Amino acid sequence: MRNTTPSQDFVRGIWKENPVLIQMLGLCPALAVTNTVKNALAMSAATFFVLCCSSVLISSFKHLIPKEVRISSYILVIATFVTLADMMLQAYAPVQHKELGAFIALIVVNCMILGRQEAFASRNKVSRSLLDAIGTGIGFTIALVMMGGFREILGIGTFFDIPLFGPNFEPWVVMVLPAGGFLTLGFIILGMGFHEQRKKARAAA
Amino acid sequence: MNERPESERIEVQAAEAPQDAPETEQVSTFRLVATLAVAGALAGLLIVMVNLHTKPIIDKYKAEQLRLAVYEVLPGVARYRTLYLVDGALSAELPEGSKESDFRQAYVGYDEAGQMTGVAVSRGESGFQDIVQVIFGFEPDTGILLGMKVLESKETPGLGDKIFKDRVFVDQFFARPQTPLAAIKAGSGKGKPGEIDAITGATISSKVVVSVINNGVAEWLPVLEKGIPEEAQ
Repeated sequence: MRNTTPSQDFVRGIWKENPVLIQMLGLCPALAVTNTVKNALAMSAATFFVLCCSSVLISSFKHLIPKEVRISSYILVIATFVTLADMMLQAYAPVQHKELGAFIALIVVNCMILGRQEAFASRNKVSRSLLDAIGTGIGFTIALVMMGGFREILGIGTFFDIPLFGPNFEPWVVMVLPAGGFLTLGFIILGMGFHEQRKKARAAA
Repeated sequence: MNERPESERIEVQAAEAPQDAPETEQVSTFRLVATLAVAGALAGLLIVMVNLHTKPIIDKYKAEQLRLAVYEVLPGVARYRTLYLVDGALSAELPEGSKESDFRQAYVGYDEAGQMTGVAVSRGESGFQDIVQVIFGFEPDTGILLGMKVLESKETPGLGDKIFKDRVFVDQFFARPQTPLAAIKAGSGKGKPGEIDAITGATISSKVVVSVINNGVAEWLPVLEKGIPEEAQ
């Protein structure tokens, strides 16, 4: 295994290997529930909780789980935490729970979470796994809030429910519809690719 | 962007994985089953425990939302009573051993003087995206609509969601229109009773709300005509 320092474990997921924008994992929630910043944050928080808890638990029990049933075990652990997150959101943030709807339950099949368990938590120490999960969770949050921000500003004309433009602003409704999710993600990735290319060109020159 | 550091890393790890594991000794079937069984039991226990804690909070919130909605669609009521549709007639009591949620419910509102002012019922129909669940209040003897509130809807943001966000549209249902209602193109009204100006760009969603109310009134009126059980003193 390539050796990494704890700080690298932490930083890696935030930007350089951002789960959504670079690894293209967990795109379903990233496209579906980022029509407002609030929804994006609620989804990120739920995913963050599930990711950290699952990583710690699976890392702690990695020697007890036979590898034949490891994927089923991971899914079981993840599904349990998702159910808990679902019930707690419904009890303490019912408005957000209603907005997110079925997508909370679908965190179970977010391949970003399963990916971290298989690729990292099941092979590393508990502390490192937690760092990795926190970093990846922050990266996921950044990506979702970025998308939610763009879509809410253009599609509704508000940011975090605060109106930004005068009453004459005609919102681009398409941005809060599914098509807007694909457009936003496409443009963000395009922007990052463009930036990367320029950096490389400058380094070569 | 051509670099895919993560996928490379996974491949590297996959190649090394067999060396990590001690030479494959066959794990017994019993151990596999036991691992999953224990994990499953623990997971179940945890979920039940959290559910015990959150269920009352969730139920309380739902009941509160419903209570607020009933007061909203029956303007001016002082209190209301929940009645259940049992065998085609209204009943204040549930049959023995049955759950509240098994029966359709009607909410009968009374004013300060104890006079019945209206009845609220909820009903859902397919909208543009998904079921639109609406609660509305009406006067059973005249058929006049008292109010309407959308409880649940996944109608298109920015267009269809105006059925509950557009104050002008919603206010029409509080202006005591005569049922059956008719959804018409905005501004083409002929001044007939029961005309509702549909929202431009959300005709289907507007029509669904009107249809829910018309069908709901038609469905409940015969039931209400059979009589509303007296209050037990």
